[in-house]
Amino acid sequence: MNWTRKHLLTIEELTVEEIILVLDTAASFKEVSTRTIKKVPALRGKTVVSLFLEPSTRTRISFELAAKRLSADTLSITTQASSITKGETLKDTAKNIEAMNADFVILRHSAAGSPKFLADRLHASILNAGDGAHEHPTQALLDVFTMREKLGRIAGLNVLILGDILFSRVARSNIWALTKLGANVTLCGPTTLVPPIFRSLGVKLTTDLDSALKDADVINLLRIQHERQRQTFFPSIGEYSRMFGLNPERFRLTKPEVLIMHPGPINRGVEIASEVADSPRSVILEQVTNGLAVRMAVLFLLNGVQGPSADSGAG
Amino acid sequence: MTTILQAEAMQRVLSRMAHEIVEQNTPVEGLALIGLQTRGVFLARRLGNKMREITGHEVPNGSLDISMYRDDLSLRGSPPTVKNTDIPFGLDDKNVVLVDDVLFTGRSVRAAMDALTDFGRPRRIQLAILIDRGHRELPIRADYVGKNVPTSLKERIQVHMVEEDGVDEVGIQKI
Repeated sequence: MNWTRKHLLTIEELTVEEIILVLDTAASFKEVSTRTIKKVPALRGKTVVSLFLEPSTRTRISFELAAKRLSADTLSITTQASSITKGETLKDTAKNIEAMNADFVILRHSAAGSPKFLADRLHASILNAGDGAHEHPTQALLDVFTMREKLGRIAGLNVLILGDILFSRVARSNIWALTKLGANVTLCGPTTLVPPIFRSLGVKLTTDLDSALKDADVINLLRIQHERQRQTFFPSIGEYSRMFGLNPERFRLTKPEVLIMHPGPINRGVEIASEVADSPRSVILEQVTNGLAVRMAVLFLLNGVQGPSADSGAG
Repeated sequence: MTTILQAEAMQRVLSRMAHEIVEQNTPVEGLALIGLQTRGVFLARRLGNKMREITGHEVPNGSLDISMYRDDLSLRGSPPTVKNTDIPFGLDDKNVVLVDDVLFTGRSVRAAMDALTDFGRPRRIQLAILIDRGHRELPIRADYVGKNVPTSLKERIQVHMVEEDGVDEVGIQKI
């Protein structure tokens, strides 16, 4: 199939074929990072700007390293170092970046839909690196890449997403990707953080953590997003940890070949015990390695698409 | 499509090329075959098998995808499909024979040589090609040629191989 998208805004809009093309391309790009010279000239002369208006370590350096390994020139703008603090609007900041002929803008922003807002206004390719509680497409792609690499398939897998679903863009993007690829997704967490409306996305909701743990081929743990919670959704961190944390006792209920995943940053002793995070079943650091390959693949694919309106193609 | 090379003829051509490569590179220690994705990989494997029959030596075999090194990435309508690169041996001081199905403008070979230099510093790089159709745009020539086929730019060479297409056959077609 031909890739025809200029932007990567959501997983929701991707077809199954497009997702699989990204995964296959990422598998080829993973090899580049194993070489002595970890660089290919695919994006030589292109400029990649990462505009991160929310805190991030992993995603930002992963995107920047991906761009550098493709030989692009990169620069990074974060909230504290930008004129956003002087009252400049997102559109104006982005227009100024474009005036310097940037080819890609990687945006992280607290407002859902902000990448789409920029894609409609700029000539550059826009990559969504997380928009509010909406989507985080490359995280979902690297998660399914890791599952496929480790377990050989996605279809039919029982994937448990455990934790703060309500505020999680990772959960939403994962739900889109996994249901499209035929996995059985179950959500579990405090009822205040797992709203029933999610059933409409074709997933199962449960409060019976123990039986969900027994059935799971993959457990994707999510961090409690304190920064997005303006009110109290559960009594205390201690109680959350006791009720929903993946501690050694609960870990013993899981299948011996279960994959433990986490998008990071992990809070040891809260949603995941150290013993679990550091166990051989944990692929948390492999997710980071795969994230680099997935982001290289996405940049490579988007770079190949010319024309200002290529984003409307449905595949 | 007009057939210009049938299965049996392709076998004979590959046997001759294997002999030529061995003749020019004896002893074969330090020799390595690297096929360009997709059909160059199959050709390299077949040449390797024949060379093993001739010399009794296993010649290291690798595959290379040149998509990341193309010089026309921003001229194409859509990105190329990236396949695996797998070179499970060091290239420093190796005598590398690049293998591809069709030699045309020479740009794929240029990209392949760029890629190889990222893996090490081969002592020598040679080129083995099943079909040389002319129309070079770069100063590149093949050391081993299966068949020279003069073509016009309005024609297309189609190489089919059992491994990918279910049949061994080379044809020429008007575009």
